Amino acid sequence: MSADVAPPAPRPKSTGLHTGEIRPGVAKVDPIIVVDGVRRVFGGLTAVDVDHLEIPRNAITALIGPNGAGKTTLFNLLTGFDKPNAGTWSFDGRSLAGIPAYKTARMGQVRTFQLTKSLGLLTVLENMKLGAPKQAGERIGASILPFLWRKQEAEIEVKARELLARFKLDTKEKDFAASLSGGQRKLLEMARALMSDPTLVMLDEPMAGVNPALTQSLLDHILDLKDLGMTVVFVEHDMHMVRHIADWVVVMAEGRIVAEGPPDTVMREQAVIDAYLGAHQDVDLGVVTGRVAGELTPEGEALAEEAREIDAAIEADAAATETEDGK
Amino acid sequence: MNFLQIISNTLAQILAPATLGYVLAAIGLSVHFGFAGLLNMGVAGFMAIGAYGFAISILTFGLPWPLAALIGLAAAVVFALIMGIPTLRLRGDYLAIVTIAAAEVLRLLFLTSTFRPVTGSADGLSGFQAGFRASNPLPPGKWGWGPWTYQSDQWWVIIVGVITIAIAVLLVWALMRSPWGRVIRGIREDEDAVGSLGKNVFAFKMQALVVGGIIIAAGGIITAMGTNVNPNVYVTSQTFYVWTALLLGGAATIFGPVLGAVLFWMVRAFLSNLLPALVSIGWLPFLTPEQSQMLVFVLVGAALMLLVIFRPQGILGSKKELTFVR
Repeated sequence: MSADVAPPAPRPKSTGLHTGEIRPGVAKVDPIIVVDGVRRVFGGLTAVDVDHLEIPRNAITALIGPNGAGKTTLFNLLTGFDKPNAGTWSFDGRSLAGIPAYKTARMGQVRTFQLTKSLGLLTVLENMKLGAPKQAGERIGASILPFLWRKQEAEIEVKARELLARFKLDTKEKDFAASLSGGQRKLLEMARALMSDPTLVMLDEPMAGVNPALTQSLLDHILDLKDLGMTVVFVEHDMHMVRHIADWVVVMAEGRIVAEGPPDTVMREQAVIDAYLGAHQDVDLGVVTGRVAGELTPEGEALAEEAREIDAAIEADAAATETEDGK
Repeated sequence: MNFLQIISNTLAQILAPATLGYVLAAIGLSVHFGFAGLLNMGVAGFMAIGAYGFAISILTFGLPWPLAALIGLAAAVVFALIMGIPTLRLRGDYLAIVTIAAAEVLRLLFLTSTFRPVTGSADGLSGFQAGFRASNPLPPGKWGWGPWTYQSDQWWVIIVGVITIAIAVLLVWALMRSPWGRVIRGIREDEDAVGSLGKNVFAFKMQALVVGGIIIAAGGIITAMGTNVNPNVYVTSQTFYVWTALLLGGAATIFGPVLGAVLFWMVRAFLSNLLPALVSIGWLPFLTPEQSQMLVFVLVGAALMLLVIFRPQGILGSKKELTFVR
């Protein structure tokens, strides 16, 4: 998939983000988000249980983990779209407990969604303008008096066009957002989020379903955000992307933070390999199952042996039930 | 069969107070459903509260009619707030359930004999138009042209009604082209996305519910100015007539509800004149005249279904929008 995409032009990574020994919950030099003891329980399932987490400012932090690790739930909690059962968390030193989603957005923390939420029957330009904060014309009393908001509207439009040009959507501004492709909608959603000049951008799987060429430009855009002084947190499954652009990686599994650190270090950790990459990431499963001819590493041999043992056990069980039925 | 009479009756319906009331109700519903995506199934309730607020203010409290009309509109604001506060935080379908129930509760409150001195119970209210008619500046008598010949008092209702419609259309147009309207339409598409952009979705939905509610109540008041107020008018089927009118014209358009409501009443008047006439000349031998009146409603229901299936954007809605309806 996107593995064969050339990495974006190398840019220096932010280093020296943490203080003290690297471990889950390590303190950061300048944290923008601090999470303490946040728990979210759905019925009997603990979706998120984070003891302590700090997100470094003006850096790109990747949140990775297997499906069901609680990444999106943590995202929803941080952005006010969901409420935790316990815990405190703050953004820029201000506690976010009980703050609804629209207020966290006004504080400068915007997000995108895993399933893109472009507003289909609004045009691309209208989508963009909607992202601008503090619009006088959005108050119902002022809205019917155009002279109160026309000037601001023109300024917003200029800014929206600039952003659209940056994201190469400027030719589409009059089209309905519903007519865009999935990848273009991701771009639109990201551009729309930037209309408010946020300090923290939270991207939920920005590359999912985006073709390799577009992935490349999306990565560049994310790196640009950091250059513009913003902090970026993103959820992603593609490890190559994470390695290329993240300054810091937080690994979640079963609702907990199992590891964190700079990408190159963290991906060598056993906890990460076990939780996310799988214990046998170097083994070709096609060869193990005997469907594809090829050579196996010693580790692969062990896995194949294990598979054969399980097969044998299942067959033995089946035979036992058969004889029981035969009685 | 007098075909000219049928055509004349149909055309006369264009300016009937009931039509004007439906036009306003459909405009209000277009704010709710067409622009904000709020499933209001309590249109009849909003119309009833406007009409009763108007009539009771005059009959029980002896207020002048313009003040009474304002009280009718204010009652609709209270009604919208009471329904909106518990439901607008939830997903859209809950509003539909609550509004349909609230409209019924309201109708039964007006119907119960406990409040007969104030609401008139099943007889409804009448005789409250005296003040309104006294303010009529038009010359007395019956005048007009062709099918549009009315009494002076009826002309006064029509003029007030048309002016109210013009104000409502202008207001909706001004609101929907503004940034406020952009947020409202955004909420119709996806409220979480709008919330993530720092907009207080609940407040915007509430404002839309109140604005639409006021316009629907104005429709109730205009209807009441022309006729009496009777609880049996404000039944759930009235809500669905207004929905039919709105969907016919185009839900998310400015003039769609106006066109839709006028067409709806013309077709209804045409059919309810034509079908009994056809029965009387023996073309529909399987029907009695009474049954043919019921058939009109069957046809209205069938028309609503066909409309939603084959032209969900309505007459004035753009084809382009339909392409992307999920």
